[in-house]
Amino acid sequence: MTAVVLGLLAGAVLMALIGNNPLSGYIYLFRGGLMSIERVGNTLATATPLILTGLSVAFAFRTGLFNIGAAGQMLIGGLCATAVGLTLTLPKPLLLTLMVAAAILGGAVWGFVPGLLKAKFNVHEVVATIMMNWISYWTVYYVVPAYFKGAYLETESRKISEAASLKVHWLTDLFGGSYVNLGFFLAVVSVIIIAFVLNRTTLGYELKAVGFNRHAAQYAGIGANRNIIMAMMIAGALAGLGGATFYVGYASNIQIGILPTQGFDGIAVALLGSNSPWGVFGAAIFFGLLHSGKGFMNAMTNIPPEIADTIIATIIYFAATSILIERNWDKLKKKVGGAK
Amino acid sequence: MKHVVEMLNIRKEFPGIVANDDISLQLRPGEIHALLGENGAGKSTLMSILFGLYQPERGTIKIHGEKADIANPNVANQLGIGMVHQHFKLVHNFTVTENIILGMETKKGIVLDIKSAAVRVGKLSEKYGLNIDPCAKIEDISVGMQQRVEIIKMLYRDAEVLIFDEPTSVLTPQEVRELMKIMRNLIAEGKSIILITHKLKEIKAIADRCTVIRRGKLIGTVNVADTSEEKLAEMMVGREVSFSVHKKECQPGEVILNIKNLSVLSSRKVMGLKNISLDVRSGEIMGIAGVDGNGQAELVEAITGMRKAEFGTIFLRETDITNMSIRDRIESKIAYIPEDRHKHGLILDYSVGDNMIMKVYLHQPFSQNGLLNSHAIREHAQRVMDQFDVRSGQGPAASARSLSGGNQQKAIVGREIYHDPELLIAVQPTRGLDVGAIEYIHKRIVEQRDNGKAVLLVSLELDEILNISDRIAIINSGELIGIVNACDVNENQVGLMMAGVKRGETA
Repeated sequence: MTAVVLGLLAGAVLMALIGNNPLSGYIYLFRGGLMSIERVGNTLATATPLILTGLSVAFAFRTGLFNIGAAGQMLIGGLCATAVGLTLTLPKPLLLTLMVAAAILGGAVWGFVPGLLKAKFNVHEVVATIMMNWISYWTVYYVVPAYFKGAYLETESRKISEAASLKVHWLTDLFGGSYVNLGFFLAVVSVIIIAFVLNRTTLGYELKAVGFNRHAAQYAGIGANRNIIMAMMIAGALAGLGGATFYVGYASNIQIGILPTQGFDGIAVALLGSNSPWGVFGAAIFFGLLHSGKGFMNAMTNIPPEIADTIIATIIYFAATSILIERNWDKLKKKVGGAK
Repeated sequence: MKHVVEMLNIRKEFPGIVANDDISLQLRPGEIHALLGENGAGKSTLMSILFGLYQPERGTIKIHGEKADIANPNVANQLGIGMVHQHFKLVHNFTVTENIILGMETKKGIVLDIKSAAVRVGKLSEKYGLNIDPCAKIEDISVGMQQRVEIIKMLYRDAEVLIFDEPTSVLTPQEVRELMKIMRNLIAEGKSIILITHKLKEIKAIADRCTVIRRGKLIGTVNVADTSEEKLAEMMVGREVSFSVHKKECQPGEVILNIKNLSVLSSRKVMGLKNISLDVRSGEIMGIAGVDGNGQAELVEAITGMRKAEFGTIFLRETDITNMSIRDRIESKIAYIPEDRHKHGLILDYSVGDNMIMKVYLHQPFSQNGLLNSHAIREHAQRVMDQFDVRSGQGPAASARSLSGGNQQKAIVGREIYHDPELLIAVQPTRGLDVGAIEYIHKRIVEQRDNGKAVLLVSLELDEILNISDRIAIINSGELIGIVNACDVNENQVGLMMAGVKRGETA
């Protein structure tokens, strides 16, 4: 929370420095994300993939692994979902189920490989997941033009049919025509499941034990290798699901040559949410709000939209150094108290 | 007489407890002053105040009779106070000299001048008989040598007062003797020493005076020469302590653990254990004596499954467990109190409750169908904590990290014994604990033996081995030198065997 406040303050200073009124800037920024039911929907839609990638990174963190490959897992998940959506013609519920399952499976495979490499050959997961990012990047680069070429552009896939979209009429209507889609509910369910797994199950107990202290886990007879692979698969599956919510929910086709930024933003979301599932949820919604409000702020004032990105970056910075800040704050309080 | 350091009426509070309550300590020039107290008595807090890590709420500190305000460790350094920490603060891939000058590098222009620093380190080493190679890398030298590097670090900064925080807890008996020699050299050269410890033998061996604190309160300062170990122990614990363990006659039963021709690779990829055969019966304590690093770790890890056996077999009763998984061995009722309680014994970030189910979380009632039962876990932990006198601020919900070392160890001992093992392996079960806790843990281990369990005890403390074992196996360089009955031997004989001299041979 301190980080958020400090980040917003820093943003205010920046706005003032370039000659704008920070107060009105923020009013427009938040109004841009919240002023109508449609904009609230868009905020949630923007936050949806962030919830899932953040959850992916946070889950891996809790088990002592740094999943920097959420981007690649998300992209491959999106590709799998798109491929199923463009190939099969089925009733909507069945088709969506298959697409989501394909996305989860794709992401899980993308997490499984680094997990296996780490467990068997002690290859560091940061290296392996970064390489997996590029494998999925080039896979999309090849597969999309070869099999799912768009009607006008070589660089993107065909649009998926309405039956294959996570957008549904009742939800779109409810939110006044916004982008919000079923993916948001999938994300919420994922948060609940992950929170449950981490805190209440033997699987979570084992995973966290390996994350906290590999040696003690081994001593207790918990197989570290099996848990590393399992953790990476679950992390990958979450990011893969995030890919489905983005490419067949928020958007309706997939472009080549782009690694989704949400994958990397997931690291920031996990950090700000201090790696707890509900913390991640809150952090992702907040980031979604800033993202969806910045356009409105830009339109109504002279403040460039990059200020919102700067605020996000500053918040991440403060979140990363929050321990330092708190310690100094305590010291300051003590000094002031001592002077009295 | 003028004092080098005077700490007068020091009071320090932490949230919830008074760590130091009106404590005074006066250090005379050229003396070794022991600071004695149980774990958590407030020794470290008091010394941290002297070293500038904490600020006292009340009380004054005088250095050479002048009032000093020690705001941080740098001030302490300038005043000539140096501390050798229990856990060394060294950079492992740096050389001795590089570690010593870290923070006050000598320079020639803008280039580091390691050479002249190394010369000075060499001179200091010679002067105090430290026998250290200034150019050796830290990772290549023994723990005892690393400690000496810490000592030189203080001397290099012209420290007059040296604080040693539990310096012998990481050393072998030989290294302890060496350290004592070094401390005497330091005194002869006019330094003064404060020795934090809870080992009474050491105090008797080397200290001039001793200040005892208990639960944050000053009990008194005594001349060591006029006091007995028993008296010191009583002052520290607050009641009479028995040193010898009362044991019933040993009644060995059937063979529980049977090791045949076992050879194990050490982490340095050489044979750490060579062709050892050994058995442990029910109702007996088999002690493993040996200098650290002579195959104890390999032996224990091969039995528990943490390390692979290269040759030979291990049987638990009639079952061959040589290649069993760790979990299966746990299930066949091998309990293991590991040497390193932070690395292996506990998950420090877990609560005490979660730590207590580390080996049984898959069993009912702790979990069912993959779901944990937090109520059962809490109750189980509470029972273990009650039975084994584990004290924590918030019961089973407290994080394992927040417990004192003694309570952490009691928790591990409790967890392992509570599972009702057939074979109990205890490695250094009382390492770094105070006499009260040691007495308690010994009692519980002997109790296991009296209940007909087989106990394998590995310890570097020869006293411990001699006191509670029924039979003693002595190992040296990974080889079994001999197995003797504990009642037939004395410290000297075992000591010789530890050095590799077989029984019957003349030394």
